Amino acid sequence: MLSFTLKRLVYVTPVALGVSIVCFLLVHLAPGDPLSAILPVDATQQMIDEMRAIYGFDKPLPVQYALWLWRVLHGDLGTSIATGRPVADEVGRAVVNSLILAVVATLIGFTLGTFFGFVAGYFRNSILDRVASAVSVFGVSVPHYWLGMVMVIVFSATLGWLPPTGAGPDGSGNWRPDLEHLRYMVLPALTLSVIPMGVIARTVRALVGDILSQDFVGALRAKGLSDAGVFRHVVKNAAPTALAIMGLQLGYLLGGSILVETVFAWPGTGFLLNAAIFQRDLPLLQGSILVLAMFFVALNLVVDVVQTALDPRIERT
Amino acid sequence: MSAPVQTLDAPLGADRTAAAVAPFAASRGFWGNVGRKLLRDPVAMAAAAVILAIIVVAIASPWIAPMDPYRGSMLRRLRPIGTPGYPLGSDELGRDMLSRLMMAGRLSLFMGVTPVIVAFVIGSGVGILAGFVGGWLNTILMRTIDVFFAFPSVLLAIALSGALGAGILNSIVSLTCVFVPQIARVAESVTTQIRSRDYVDAARLSGASALTIVRVQVLGNVLGPIFVYATSLISVSMILASGLSFLGLGVKPPEPEWGLMLNTLRTAIYVQPLVAALPGAAIFIVSISFNLFSDGLRSAMEVKE
Repeated sequence: MLSFTLKRLVYVTPVALGVSIVCFLLVHLAPGDPLSAILPVDATQQMIDEMRAIYGFDKPLPVQYALWLWRVLHGDLGTSIATGRPVADEVGRAVVNSLILAVVATLIGFTLGTFFGFVAGYFRNSILDRVASAVSVFGVSVPHYWLGMVMVIVFSATLGWLPPTGAGPDGSGNWRPDLEHLRYMVLPALTLSVIPMGVIARTVRALVGDILSQDFVGALRAKGLSDAGVFRHVVKNAAPTALAIMGLQLGYLLGGSILVETVFAWPGTGFLLNAAIFQRDLPLLQGSILVLAMFFVALNLVVDVVQTALDPRIERT
Repeated sequence: MSAPVQTLDAPLGADRTAAAVAPFAASRGFWGNVGRKLLRDPVAMAAAAVILAIIVVAIASPWIAPMDPYRGSMLRRLRPIGTPGYPLGSDELGRDMLSRLMMAGRLSLFMGVTPVIVAFVIGSGVGILAGFVGGWLNTILMRTIDVFFAFPSVLLAIALSGALGAGILNSIVSLTCVFVPQIARVAESVTTQIRSRDYVDAARLSGASALTIVRVQVLGNVLGPIFVYATSLISVSMILASGLSFLGLGVKPPEPEWGLMLNTLRTAIYVQPLVAALPGAAIFIVSISFNLFSDGLRSAMEVKE
């Protein structure tokens, strides 16, 4: 198991390097000089050259990349152009908020998704299957930013039950685990949970159908095992894949919550990215994306290792 | 709705390969069978009808829209649904919602479908090349693609389009970059499977050149599964394309586009909640229709997930 983990680590390293190259190049993809946002309009050529030298933009790209990577590895993601604060601090605070939201949403989505998936898989082609399948198609087809708006319209604007935006009553940027803050979390978490719910319901339905059609289920029934006993075997067979999908969905949500966070003004990475894009704050854009992508790479690795540990049928190569 | 399917028929020589697989259906051909199965699938046909209707309305909107979608009226802002002269109400600048929703279908559909078509062409090319040639070329191409898989789709789309800046072309380019690796990976895995089949060996032994094998044996068998996969991406692409405009990264005002309309109407949710939600409903209807049609196509072509 240890050697398998090490092998996966070795495999992941070039991917992580590739991700860092893509993030590094993002700044150079942007039209115009990356310095144009901080230079005064009437900057002289000499001033521009000096600034380029200070920021290292006068060096060839590979050298710039090496210097940047060295700083990143030491936890220095640069300085935000808009706020002047270190990018690492800004991203760190936002990631925590996003992570809380993503974890809660994934748990809701996983619970509902496995429920609908099992119902649909067990009662194939029944009315229940139709309903569960409709729910899962809804989950993967609905534009989640619109769903968020509809949630606000129904539960905040019309019914007045829940607050429409923000993470807490004081308007602060930090979420705390108390009842008042929980109320702020309900709508964004429910909105986000719809996507993993749809995906997981689809996967589990296919999984359960597959498992039920295998010979060993027939054998279990033939030897007189109760329905509950057979169900236990189905759950055990479906669990590793379902859990792996859940792990990946958590990563997708963390990176993909930008639109929903914007709708709910949730102070997470999505909100930060949105601000970075509109202030053309390229270091902040680069830093947030690098952190999110690296988190996703790490999560993939963990999912891979855990799935292999849970499922003895997967070959450890 | 079998039209786009059948246009693929002639140039690919799919009939020849299909005839070898299913001799009893030889007279109708593979795509003919798929079309017949689709016709008997009520859900897929309903979805296709909805898509077709929306496309027709979007294209014909300059002639059939009841009002000028750009002309506002300061006196008639945010009217509710059912106001005389404004069947679906009016937006925050007093423009007719029905006309704007019809017109917006053009840009929204164009920006949602184009990235998938371009990515289908590029991704299939890259994937088939990697799968057919194999060896070090495969390693280089597929490891590069792995890097793009390390980004969640939404994040990659927003990162690229955030760096490139707002604009229709930039958002199409960003979304294409998101879908090329996904399609290429499917194309590569299908091609690798096909390459080791006996009929490819048979063709090679009979003296067919590599180009002929790719054209006849590989393309004929590979394009179907890739096509099905690509159609399943259209729904995601529609949501993402409108999402970029929703963030202000795609279409710029005053052009009507569903995502952008949803964004500008956000402030109106307390005044006219139903009107504000309309553009999103349009995105949702198109997206779910494409998903249902793609599911029908998948089962009609008997492509496994």
